[in-house]
Amino acid sequence: MSSSDGESMQGVPPSIRSGRFRALDERLVNLDGLVHEAPELGFTAMRSPGDPPASLRVMDGIVVELDGRHRESFDLLDLFIADHAIDLSVAEEAMAIPALDFARRLVDPASPAGELRRLAGGITPARAVQVLNHLNIVEMMMAAQKLRARRTPANQAHVTNAKDEPALIAADAASATLAGFREVETTVAVARAAASNALALLVGSQSVVGGALAQCSVEEATELTLGLRGLTTYAETVSNYGTEAVFLDGDDTPWSKAFLASAYTSRGLKLRFTSGSGVEVLMANAEGRSMLYLEARCLAMTRGTGVQGVQNGGVDGVAITGSVPGGARELMAENVLAMLWGLEVASGNDAMFSESEARRTARTVPQFFAGTDFVCSGFGSIPRYDNMFGPSNWNADDLDDWLVLQRDFEVDGGLTPFSEDAALAARYRAACAVRDVFDELGLPVIADEVVQAATVAHGSYDTPPASGVANARASDLILERGITGIDVVRALATRGYQDIAERILGMLKQRLSGDYLQTAAILDPDFHVLSAVNDANDYAGPGSGYRVEGSRRDEIAAIRQALDPRKVPSVDLRWPAVPFALHECGPAQPGVTPGEVVIGLGGAFGAELDRTLAGIDHGLVLKELLAGLEEQGAQIRLVRIRHTSDVAFVALAAARLSGSGIGVGIQSKGTTVIHHRALAPLSNLELFSVAPLMTPEHYRRIGSNAARYARGEHPEPVLVDHLGQAIESRYHTKAAALHLIETRRVVPGAAPVELAVEWEPEIGPSDPVLLKTGNREYVNAVR
Amino acid sequence: MPFGDERFDPHTDYPIADRRPDLIRTATGKRLESITLDAVAAGEIGADDLKITAELLERQALVAEASGRPALVPNFRRAAELTQVPDQRLLAIYEALRPGRSTPEELARIADELTETYRAPLTASLVREAAAAYTRRGLTSEVRGG
Repeated sequence: MSSSDGESMQGVPPSIRSGRFRALDERLVNLDGLVHEAPELGFTAMRSPGDPPASLRVMDGIVVELDGRHRESFDLLDLFIADHAIDLSVAEEAMAIPALDFARRLVDPASPAGELRRLAGGITPARAVQVLNHLNIVEMMMAAQKLRARRTPANQAHVTNAKDEPALIAADAASATLAGFREVETTVAVARAAASNALALLVGSQSVVGGALAQCSVEEATELTLGLRGLTTYAETVSNYGTEAVFLDGDDTPWSKAFLASAYTSRGLKLRFTSGSGVEVLMANAEGRSMLYLEARCLAMTRGTGVQGVQNGGVDGVAITGSVPGGARELMAENVLAMLWGLEVASGNDAMFSESEARRTARTVPQFFAGTDFVCSGFGSIPRYDNMFGPSNWNADDLDDWLVLQRDFEVDGGLTPFSEDAALAARYRAACAVRDVFDELGLPVIADEVVQAATVAHGSYDTPPASGVANARASDLILERGITGIDVVRALATRGYQDIAERILGMLKQRLSGDYLQTAAILDPDFHVLSAVNDANDYAGPGSGYRVEGSRRDEIAAIRQALDPRKVPSVDLRWPAVPFALHECGPAQPGVTPGEVVIGLGGAFGAELDRTLAGIDHGLVLKELLAGLEEQGAQIRLVRIRHTSDVAFVALAAARLSGSGIGVGIQSKGTTVIHHRALAPLSNLELFSVAPLMTPEHYRRIGSNAARYARGEHPEPVLVDHLGQAIESRYHTKAAALHLIETRRVVPGAAPVELAVEWEPEIGPSDPVLLKTGNREYVNAVR
Repeated sequence: MPFGDERFDPHTDYPIADRRPDLIRTATGKRLESITLDAVAAGEIGADDLKITAELLERQALVAEASGRPALVPNFRRAAELTQVPDQRLLAIYEALRPGRSTPEELARIADELTETYRAPLTASLVREAAAAYTRRGLTSEVRGG
């Protein structure tokens, strides 16, 4: 890299590079392809000089002008939008509302969502773009919180693998439902595996928890066929595009899509469309429009077909959207517009947004916090390498991050913590079930070793080599023989999986009522529908709408990693224990020896507690400290400080007893201070606050320095290297728990007590002077 | 409505499966409670027993309208019509509607078929509209060589 033109380097040789910039260059964020805006190519997020003005003219009930274009020059998309997507009964009223006023109503909790949806029916795509341009990201989140269709947020998982291994698909689907995903979506590594994958997903999705909807994303006609057969329970990947040229490249028209939507609905199958910005740029036909305008056209078309919902927010084009200024804001704008137009929103957060974890997380912030109908339209429930949609923005390795984030903010991201045992049991059952269904239906054999491997696998790297031929053969047989969801139910029942059979039958029966065809429908594990009709979002400001509370809060809080802070935290010893005992020898007296150093121990040191946060046995701490002092020829006294547990005051109390005025205070957790009696309590000579990073060597050098201070010298302070670990997040809860134990032993007003140390003591449980208890087991073991 | 004798309140009868299961029939006239695992095992449940009826879709259209989501209504009504169209024909019509697949005359014949054979005037109108739009934008098969 070179400095930019026109900037004088003023004598710096051109080959010189800043170490800081070189470090920055190596950050993952700089692998992202970020670009300047180029509106003529469509590289612009929220607005473009090429966006049309907002306009609508209606004559005799027909739209004759839409967003600056006259009817005679409408393209296919304009035509469809004009004739299907605009509610002419409110158009005049709605288009008369200034964009800024409309925008303010979106944010105002007191402005009802239903009324806004009614009015939004009458606005054009260009007007929608103007409205959204008035909102910053926080205002969009406010709008989404109110406008999303369903009250209860949910989430969707990708369940795929690079081998199209049915046992693994079933196992991963089972884990996904255990985690709380209400929709699972598969696709293929090899196109011919579609039916086999769909069947495995269906079985896995109902193996342990009921009600998750399942889909297989493949070519439109194949996808519909799988749905008609009852091998899937919904469809999503029915794509819309924002320009005519790209729409036709997608081998559809708005009318064929509208027909397709009605075809799915006619069989009682839930459907949502897919759009999302960036794709038109990727396919080199953005017509100089902004990404948001093109997406607004997609959403208008979606609304015009009467389909209940959409997957949008970048999706496959997300990296393009993310490449320009305002890209992540635009992603949320798309979601909000879909909500405003009454659609269920599965809000992207599927395709990986960035190499940078910070950017990936931040990209999800708006949808995660505001809540959408499905926060991710594909959280990769499998490892990145197994995601046949391409890596998701969130993947199997990120599951705990998601669960902890839910807990941090008391936000419902749709997932629930679960145990490893539950996961293993669920996966095994699902893999066995799909093996037996394949066998019962005369499909290629799934070997027991594959079932075993799929149960414990993280991903398909951990399963035996798979045969693409067998998977394709399974699919061909499913299609040739006309195997249906009912056949799967029968096979499961025959092989003794009555519960799974019941649940799949329960899914198929949903088609008869059509309840889950309403906006934003999910099924709970007992097959009750939750949709915008009976679980309508009722957010109207603080105290209203969905809240994380009661048993749901308990579920979100109960992550498997959380420890009980009431219990002594476990710290592994990293160095050998040094057995010792401390004997109390009466009240400590002020010292008179000039070179003397007094060591003040915290109340639990070598008593209730036996090791520091760094995993150093208290005996070893003491041994090293004393050795350091002795090397410098210091006189040493050891005292127990009982009136305080604060390390500064422990050290100061020791210093005040010291003939030299130098004292060392040590807490049980290892935090250490070298103090001088003349200093203010919270001042000191040296402070070692990062106990987890200390080594025995540090304690020896602290002893050495303390001795030299006592002689009036100015030793080089001891430094503890910090490598940038998140020390506080790793250790603070343990530090707090250990400090609590020490603090409980404080006796207000109690005077310091003189101590004698005995190395390698005889251990007797009834010995009244033996205060050391913590590592007795270890001591006994080494004897 | 041909089923107007069964009272239905779209404001209170949703979810229909929970609140009005009595209204649910399969395409072959079976009741919801007769779709059981035993019936499946006995081979009594065929693919047609898991198809929604036009009546239920019309009721869902009413629910959508009553719940402030009128945009869904045309789709529910077209879907109600399409319950009469067999799977293979459904797939074929979809294929015919894709760009460059059909001549205007072929689309007109499909529209006629939808009207006459399947009593699907709303869907027929969508197909006629598509034919006009495709002709205007040069998407019929003669032009695109489909």
